Amino acid sequence: MRITVDMNLCESHGQCVFAAPDIFSFDDEDYLLYDAAPADALRDRAEQAAAVCPVRAITVSAGAS
Amino acid sequence: MRRPAPRRIVVVGASLAGLRAAEALRAQGFTGTLTIVGAEPHLPYDRPPLSKQVLTAQPGPPGTALPLPAALDARWLLGRPAVSLDPTARTVALADGTLLPYDGLVLATGSAARGAPAALAGPPRGVLTLRGLDDALALRAALVPGRRLTVVGAGFLGGEVAAAARQRGLHVTLVEAAAQPLERTLGPAAGAYVGALHRAAGIDLRTRTTVTGFRAGANGHVTGVELATGDTVRADAVLLALGAAPATGWLADSGTAVDGGVHCDPYLRALRPDGSVVDGVVAAGDVARVPQPLAGGGRLALGHWTNAVEQGAAAAATLLAPGTPAPFTAVPSFWSDLHGARIRSVGLPAVADEARIVEHDLAGRRLEVAYHREGRLVGALTINRTARLAAYRTALREDGEPAQQPAPAA
Repeated sequence: MRITVDMNLCESHGQCVFAAPDIFSFDDEDYLLYDAAPADALRDRAEQAAAVCPVRAITVSAGAS
Repeated sequence: MRRPAPRRIVVVGASLAGLRAAEALRAQGFTGTLTIVGAEPHLPYDRPPLSKQVLTAQPGPPGTALPLPAALDARWLLGRPAVSLDPTARTVALADGTLLPYDGLVLATGSAARGAPAALAGPPRGVLTLRGLDDALALRAALVPGRRLTVVGAGFLGGEVAAAARQRGLHVTLVEAAAQPLERTLGPAAGAYVGALHRAAGIDLRTRTTVTGFRAGANGHVTGVELATGDTVRADAVLLALGAAPATGWLADSGTAVDGGVHCDPYLRALRPDGSVVDGVVAAGDVARVPQPLAGGGRLALGHWTNAVEQGAAAAATLLAPGTPAPFTAVPSFWSDLHGARIRSVGLPAVADEARIVEHDLAGRRLEVAYHREGRLVGALTINRTARLAAYRTALREDGEPAQQPAPAA
């Protein structure tokens, strides 16, 4: 599974961090950090994170982890 | 008790909650007829930008359409408000006379802006409200740099519009009845912080006062606002940002309990005043008044984006559940962006009886507040400290999660 985040759109709402803390987190300046190739077992959480992003910055796609 | 799977589902409300309910119905395997009714002529669009980028972006407003999944396969009935519900016959009537039979019904009609209070009835031209896309475009047209805007009500919507207008180069007066902006929602300390942000941006914030009248020119257009203090503020345009009320007028004769929103059980099923379930009817989003574990089980309608998203999906799951649905337990959250400050919140600060300031740095534009009710954490708010929120949300989930109880048979 591949994760991409359009950082031009990201407004640090934090909804993805709430939905999938194993993939998304913030640094001390509220800048989003994420695992671009998480395990496929996290697929549901990744898709939930994409669904709750208010600015639709997250894309989840198939691909080698 | 096992119910037959619904074949015809009607979603009343073509905004975020209704769309997410429709998407979830298809994602959860519903293959029957799906009809989505909208009072506005527009396909679903996103509302948070209406008080931000739609007002400020140059040269023109950005698109706000929400993406529609290709597999939605819905029949859209737009520009046709629903006018009544008959839960015995299982039909919804539309303003044009159309009668829609349903097996399952999602109530997602959102909320409507509160207009001028009775004492100010019949305001002059140029006195606006903001709820929908057309309202936002009308407001945008009134935001001419150098002109004067008065915003009445310093809640989230009023504050964001004031900030947007300031960014566009208008002279902005912001009138608030309470001692601080957002005081009832966030408490006095966070409210004072937000007030300081407004003043630092050059907004003339007038608290502890109300509007008592409007002044208008010979052409019938507003020229000023009269305040209870006796002052008159010159204005070329006025926005009334006095809150929103759940859009339940069309349900008045339906036999459902609708004061302050459609009363729901923990599975988002609509209730009658006696507490019995209206079979086959669920509610989601601004219109739904749902038991909140963080409010001691009291029912609240929450007009927040994430609430619409999460309840839309949960309401769909309840409609399709062959047996016991899952209770809705999501921790509420909301946000606002003011003068470049990221205001983020989880839980229900509005029900707190105590606000504990963890960090208060006006120069650094950072704030962290933990909210408690009877000694128990019920919410948190940060400004430019979103990273701190996840731990609060985890604590609220663990503390606020009710025991899983089986639903009574519908």
